[in-house]
Amino acid sequence: MLLTRENLVNLILALGLLAVPLAANALGQPFYITLATRVAILALAATGLNLALGVGGLVSFGHAAFFGIGGYAAGILAAHNFSGDPLFFGFSGTNQMWIIWIVAVAMAGLVGLVIGAISLRTSGVYFIMITLAFAQMVYYFAVSWPAYGGEDGLSILVRNQFPGVMTMVPLNYFLICYVILLLGIALFAVIRASRFGAALQAARQNEVRVATVGIQPYRIRLTAFVISAALTGLAGALFADLNRFVSPSMLSWHMSGELIVLIILGGTGRLFGPLAGAALYVAFEYALGGLTERWQFFLGLILLLVVLFARGGLLGVLAGKARHG
Amino acid sequence: MTIALALEQLLNGIQLGVMLFLMAAGLTLIFGVMGLINLAHGSLYMVGAFACATVAAWTGSFWIGLVASLIAAAAAGAIVELVVIRRLYDRDHLDQVLATFALILMFSEGTRWLFGSFPLYLDIPPLLQGAVALPGGTEYPLYRLAIIAAGALVAFGLYMLISRTRLGMRIRAGESDREMIGALGVDIRTLYTVVFALGAALAGFAGAMVGAIQSVQVGMGEPVLILAFVVIVIGGIGSIKGALLGALLVGVTDTMGRFLLPKLMLLFVPPAQAGMIGGAIASMLIYIVMAVILAVKPRGLFPPAHA
Repeated sequence: MLLTRENLVNLILALGLLAVPLAANALGQPFYITLATRVAILALAATGLNLALGVGGLVSFGHAAFFGIGGYAAGILAAHNFSGDPLFFGFSGTNQMWIIWIVAVAMAGLVGLVIGAISLRTSGVYFIMITLAFAQMVYYFAVSWPAYGGEDGLSILVRNQFPGVMTMVPLNYFLICYVILLLGIALFAVIRASRFGAALQAARQNEVRVATVGIQPYRIRLTAFVISAALTGLAGALFADLNRFVSPSMLSWHMSGELIVLIILGGTGRLFGPLAGAALYVAFEYALGGLTERWQFFLGLILLLVVLFARGGLLGVLAGKARHG
Repeated sequence: MTIALALEQLLNGIQLGVMLFLMAAGLTLIFGVMGLINLAHGSLYMVGAFACATVAAWTGSFWIGLVASLIAAAAAGAIVELVVIRRLYDRDHLDQVLATFALILMFSEGTRWLFGSFPLYLDIPPLLQGAVALPGGTEYPLYRLAIIAAGALVAFGLYMLISRTRLGMRIRAGESDREMIGALGVDIRTLYTVVFALGAALAGFAGAMVGAIQSVQVGMGEPVLILAFVVIVIGGIGSIKGALLGALLVGVTDTMGRFLLPKLMLLFVPPAQAGMIGGAIASMLIYIVMAVILAVKPRGLFPPAHA
């Protein structure tokens, strides 16, 4: 790997995210560890979306659905494990994180397959709106289905277990999320650099040419959409365990908007864009929230200014223009 | 279940549909003419409702409030267009989604700043209080019938505006070829501002009308906005006729689904679960309808011919 300016910035971002909780732990400030964990998880969710949105040009306004499905996978499995009620065929949930992750990835991927298969028949503004509508469908289902808390959400009484790790220790849980984030980013890099990734980017740039050389854009896009959904679902499961709580708000369209915001703040299609964006977003939220109760107003203002005047996001400023876009 | 109850629900559905049409007409017009996807349309609906509630409380007249809502929403729309939206026309949809998402945050928090977190209340004007007897013996609120009538009137007015006036001709021309009407000497920037303000006024009007039967609060525009998106996607983005039919379809499907599905489920499952399953399906019904329509016709029921 060459030591380009972008790689250097990426390295600093990755080490910076690791340094904050380590320092906070040394200073006895667990709050900042939680903040850093939030950054890692949101960055993972946005990395998932970045695959569809940044690389594939598929502006999904419904990724909250996958984020929430991952969250509910964690919540429901943990709730059944706690109460002992069988979920199906005598299987009564689990509190093992790695099983939960597999279920979250599978469920989000499966729903992504269904939503993607229908939504990808459309394009442009129709695609934006149909993904939004599907996410709303999942949202209203979660609100109106009382078995798992409905509107009130579902608590996870004890954080789920990971073999050999005390997950309730904030730093430990951060490290789990951090490792998964790095793996997620690595997966993103591998996919983007692969033949499949090349086809996906080509389909974004010129659909007709891709079809002419004998590749079906629909299949490429659907595959990317499913992987994207699965990654975001995994992040949802981590998020549920961080808060030890899932509610329909994870499925709301604000969440979908936030995920897009993270990508744009960081730099669309960039490898570390989601991490840069998530760090910036959480820092804004925290800093503005400390200064004024009306922080959402200023967040909106900053976001508006970024969209209007600072295209390319934080990485565009720090690391220069993307070399291929 | 009686026929009268079903009729009442049907009217509720039509009333919802008419309000959705006012929202959807603006959205689809703005998309059709300027190619812009405007998430902040729900905020203009909220502006209308707040303006109406404030002015009505101040002057004691709902009707002055209603006029104020039109003016406030149109003014807010024009200002937003001049300051922000204008810069987004030649951007891609992603930038438009984000910038208007940012506008929602600003509008919602700004409104909370000005009016506080407590909802405002808006009384139904004395002229429209009371109920009307329906065939079958039940009574139906006069105000809701008035909403249906007002919506139908606006729909007709909009039709006349677009098909019979010079402004309407320019709007139609703008939909089919932007560069050409610019080249023919129409001041396209002003036309865009006017169309945006018109859409905003329709949203504000809807907000004010609905404000009298619901509470006026921050965030009230968002559920309506998303329903309006469903409407224009079903109807075909850019088509006013599609918006009208889509709005009625969504309004009636949603209301009747919530009313009928729990009863329908009684035929299959025990009562305790029937309400739950029926309710859950009913809350997703319009999205299911939309998915089916788009699976068959990916560009909606009435796609504009040129796009």
